[in-house]
Amino acid sequence: MKRNRLVTLYNMDATRTVLASLISILIGLAVGSVIVLIVGMSSSNLSAKSTWEGIRLVLFGILSTGRDAAGSLTFGFNPTSVGNMLFRATPLIMTGLSVAVAYKTGLFNIGAPGQYLIGTMASLMLALGIPTETVPAGIVWLIAFLGGMAAGAIWGAIPGLVKAYLNINEVLASIMTNWIAANLVTWAFDVSNFKNVVESTKSAYVYKTTFNGVETPKFGLDQLFPGSQVNGGIIIAIVIAILMYVIMTKTTLGYQLKACGSNRHAARYAGIKDKQSIVMSMAIAGALAGGGAALYYLSGNTEFYWSTYQSLPDTGFNGIPVALLAANNPIGVIFTGIFMSMLDIAGVQLTALTPFNEYITDVIIATIVYLSAFSLVIKMLLNGRKKHKAAKAAATEESGAETTSGEVAAEEAGKIPDEAPDGTDAQPAAEGKPPEDGAPEKGGEAK
Amino acid sequence: MTFLIQQTLIYAIPLMIVALAGVFAERSGIINLALEGIMIFGAFIGVLFVNIVQQTDFFMAAKDADNYLALQGLEMLAMLAAAFMGAVFSLLLSFASINLRADQTIGGTALNLMAPALVLFLIRIIANQNTLQMASGDAASWFMIKKAMFGYGRTEDMGFFGSTFIDKTYIATYICILLFIILSIILYKTRFGLRLRSCGENPQAADSLGINVYKMRYAGTTISGALAGMGGFVYALTTSNCMATGDVAGFGFLALAVMIFGNWKPLNIAGAALLFGLFKCISASYSSIDINGDGVYMLANLGISVHLYRMLPYLITLIVLAFTSKNSRAPKAEGIPYDKGKR
Repeated sequence: MKRNRLVTLYNMDATRTVLASLISILIGLAVGSVIVLIVGMSSSNLSAKSTWEGIRLVLFGILSTGRDAAGSLTFGFNPTSVGNMLFRATPLIMTGLSVAVAYKTGLFNIGAPGQYLIGTMASLMLALGIPTETVPAGIVWLIAFLGGMAAGAIWGAIPGLVKAYLNINEVLASIMTNWIAANLVTWAFDVSNFKNVVESTKSAYVYKTTFNGVETPKFGLDQLFPGSQVNGGIIIAIVIAILMYVIMTKTTLGYQLKACGSNRHAARYAGIKDKQSIVMSMAIAGALAGGGAALYYLSGNTEFYWSTYQSLPDTGFNGIPVALLAANNPIGVIFTGIFMSMLDIAGVQLTALTPFNEYITDVIIATIVYLSAFSLVIKMLLNGRKKHKAAKAAATEESGAETTSGEVAAEEAGKIPDEAPDGTDAQPAAEGKPPEDGAPEKGGEAK
Repeated sequence: MTFLIQQTLIYAIPLMIVALAGVFAERSGIINLALEGIMIFGAFIGVLFVNIVQQTDFFMAAKDADNYLALQGLEMLAMLAAAFMGAVFSLLLSFASINLRADQTIGGTALNLMAPALVLFLIRIIANQNTLQMASGDAASWFMIKKAMFGYGRTEDMGFFGSTFIDKTYIATYICILLFIILSIILYKTRFGLRLRSCGENPQAADSLGINVYKMRYAGTTISGALAGMGGFVYALTTSNCMATGDVAGFGFLALAVMIFGNWKPLNIAGAALLFGLFKCISASYSSIDINGDGVYMLANLGISVHLYRMLPYLITLIVLAFTSKNSRAPKAEGIPYDKGKR
């Protein structure tokens, strides 16, 4: 009996998605370790000891507690690291949600960095601009947070609008709005009086929001993780993630968005306003990214480097791996967001304690994204193993699961032809489906 | 005017060659979103190559003896190295999107994330800082074509043509223009080019006529990777003094925009690249552009914020795309993994 239940669990599509993500993560970490190893071996300046330390920090950086008196690395529960991890996860979860929601509608939101920047600008200006002598700080915080979301929504809606009504590829439009945002934000802060002129070394930064007495409530988390930057933002982000899950799976709006993502043309014939849905989806995505920026910069202990016209925030781009690794599931995003910030912390430890640097964690993230591009293949391999073991009973169950969600159906359709040559497991019903891997509207145009 | 033309060319040439890189990939049916990443990688390889080779006795002696031919040869070798490694790097994308039929947008994004991370990781270990520079001297003194190479004295005038297109230029610019012309002809006038394009329009039909679609798509993305890698190095050489920083300021994406604006056709792309090069040039050096040579810097005197000028290339791109996208016609099969078993 127990074994049967395990088999059922293993055959569930969700389980295989999680497994595929875990395999991606493991391969990513392995690649990172191998690169550290290769660099350590080939460089004469680096000893075998520091290479070994580097690998251990890549894998377990979050547990690092520095070095002991003898100079060797020590590991254990580090409340500061864990707290900082949760703090850095906050904006990542939000940008991850942003990318995930757009992806469900068949849009690739590479514009999260721009939406994040605009959100930063709006929330910082509101938090610093409204005098806390007349308005209570709590209200100012709320206005700034909502303002950041609204600004992000407007910025996100622009690529949505040009995609829906002018048929401009949303990837390109997003990239352009990203750089326009970078310049716009620099411009706005350049002419504003929010530049930090009090501390002479901080002139390139905007004031912290605590300058105006505005900061995110801690909800006691600072007691739990002493010495870290953690605050209530992580709780807000998790609540929003759950909210997004409910919206996407339980409401008409979510259904319309997903229908547009699965097949825009079919959705239109079913009476769904596809253009409005695209704009709506991008606006929601923008609001989430902007909200993430607000949560990060309203914390009171972060400073914004305002002359940002030459660079886009990594947090925005990292929303893409967060979403992809979570297979665009809002609940999954919570965990992958925390995982990404864990890697981030590992990178900080790596820079502080060894001759290696934090960019190796970006390499790991990139590897994971690369693998998630063909997570279908990994899933297929898992399927293949299953088929040898559980044979046909599972196959019928799987085809039942296929029809439940449009996205799953599309993914499965992409893999079915793979199996067609051997002819044994091919399901004719699924074979007719268009091979729409994540870019359904393109497939539609091709026909 | 001379300054304006030279500066425009400096920005337009990398855009043009990288946009052509995009054409080769997309005409074969693969969306190459990774242009930016491949450029970053190519820039790093080229600069690293220069950095290492510079330190050999042969080139040190060549520099001391003002042996221009050897130095220009070094520049070309570095371009070749960047192109080769760019092609190798792009194999990651080809493998994922052709053999594994992965989502090409995500694959490209992965490469875009990978390149700066890997490059910065290595630069930090090699140079102990965030930029990798030439081992000695600067790009201008090593690689720039100067009057002296043609026997002109310091004060002699080369005429408008000479001072605009020969003095203080890089040979990389002309190699890129030459390559652009040759590759455009290959794409349109040879059997290989026709086959490549057919794979981007209707791979099933191409396959039925005996064309190996996988091979053609590999060829397309590999040429694309080589051109983008080279373009990345040319960008680093001409605009940032032969320095690799793990960043090309969005040029790869701008090249994609140029490609779409140019409707996937080489001639239109050349025009589009020049236009964007001009705007990029204005945004970078508007304060020192003296259009009619009367010593008045008109653009600087307009009183428009520097930030607006910097925003301009992207703003114009978006607006231009808005007007042209209705007529744009992408290769029909781009972005769709080819599958033999499917009709």
